[in-house]
Amino acid sequence: MAAIAGQPTRKTPWRAAIRDARLWLLLLAAVLTLVDGYLIFVVAPTDAVLGHIQRIFYIHVPISILSFLGFLLCAIAGIGYLIRRGESWDRLAHASAEVGVVFVTLALITGVIWARPVWGVWWTWEPRLTTTLILWFIYVAYLMIRQYAPTPQQGRVWSAVVGIIGFVDVPIVYYSVQWWRSIHPVQVIGPEAADDALEPIMARILIFSLVATLALFGYLLLERMALRKTEDTLAQLRRDANSD
Amino acid sequence: MELLRGALAIAWKDVRLELRSRDVITSALVFGLIVVVVFNFGLNRAPGSLAPVAPGLLWVAYAFIGVLAMNRAFTRELEQGGLDGLLLAPVSRDAVFLGKMLGSLIFMLVIEAILLPVFAVMLDLPTLSPTLGLVILLATVGFATVGTFFAAIAVQTRSREILLPVLFFPVIVPVIIAAVEASALVLQGGPMTGVWTRWLPLLVVFDALFLVICPWIFGFIFEG
Repeated sequence: MAAIAGQPTRKTPWRAAIRDARLWLLLLAAVLTLVDGYLIFVVAPTDAVLGHIQRIFYIHVPISILSFLGFLLCAIAGIGYLIRRGESWDRLAHASAEVGVVFVTLALITGVIWARPVWGVWWTWEPRLTTTLILWFIYVAYLMIRQYAPTPQQGRVWSAVVGIIGFVDVPIVYYSVQWWRSIHPVQVIGPEAADDALEPIMARILIFSLVATLALFGYLLLERMALRKTEDTLAQLRRDANSD
Repeated sequence: MELLRGALAIAWKDVRLELRSRDVITSALVFGLIVVVVFNFGLNRAPGSLAPVAPGLLWVAYAFIGVLAMNRAFTRELEQGGLDGLLLAPVSRDAVFLGKMLGSLIFMLVIEAILLPVFAVMLDLPTLSPTLGLVILLATVGFATVGTFFAAIAVQTRSREILLPVLFFPVIVPVIIAAVEASALVLQGGPMTGVWTRWLPLLVVFDALFLVICPWIFGFIFEG
């Protein structure tokens, strides 16, 4: 096993730096999110076609993008863990999967809220939607496998393996759903969202939102990793106490 | 060659076990029938109008049977330390994976072959053809590969019955889509260009990809 628990861990400078980074990131994320809220609800112009509902797009797009980043990190960290066996690889994989699941859940919810007034349906089996839903299922299973594994060690390895398989699967799911949709077009009522018709001010606010959400994502990731570390130390202390 | 011999020995062990007990095949056959009957009540279609939904029914039944058969293939190994014996066998983990996968593949193909004519009668399927056989074979290889891999994980956990489908179905979505669409095209008996240019290549790519990845990471899941 890694660090000997029960003994005070060495205070390496980078560890202190990460703790500081967490605090700064929290502050940064809080400020950016507040400003972002102001930009979204006050500064951003109301969409001529879609109306106020279009504002959800400044939240929906960044969290969707960042959930994909989370799952990418999770697959990379899983491979890293299988090769290097470092606890920090596993903490990164676990934290990014959890944050990714939270973000993808929010992306699905905001997407559904947006789809109803704009497309006329809550849900449509559009390739991006369907792939996102499948992604949600895979990474919920990822978290379940950690929960259900008999030992934490097995949970780490199994989830790493599931993370890799899931990530390989996603592009195939996307293409198969796209082909499938090209045969079964689902009636979409109302105007389609035109991705190209973005006012410059809208694009700038979207980028600002992305940065704000990235700060939040980074903070949640680091905070979750630190929490996992505390959990690991606690588990190790419990084991030591029981074995004495 | 060593790999193949080890894999065949393990697959043959499973086949022999099944020939003597017949518990997987019998229960899977009855289960497959009951799935179609339950769906029939759920859909409540007029006589003769089942054709549009028939490929979907066929593959839902096959996918459920696959989960059942693969779960069974590994729970059997739990009895009397079978899994330990399997891991101690003087073959590589790749051979263990391929052996279990081949065993499940054979069971599923046998079950599917028996059920297909029955389904053809019950669901009023218009035509049966060699192309449909190819679709079933390729899709079942995908089922067996992914299913064997996840069954090996699921069987070691507390909640093995529920964990396998939860892991299996999301990953297998491309196979289900390709199999249903290809079967629909074949059963309609119209032009089949879509089958050859799209769905069969998709199945081949899926199978090849997972036949490489799954044995490669299979060794990890028996650690600890």
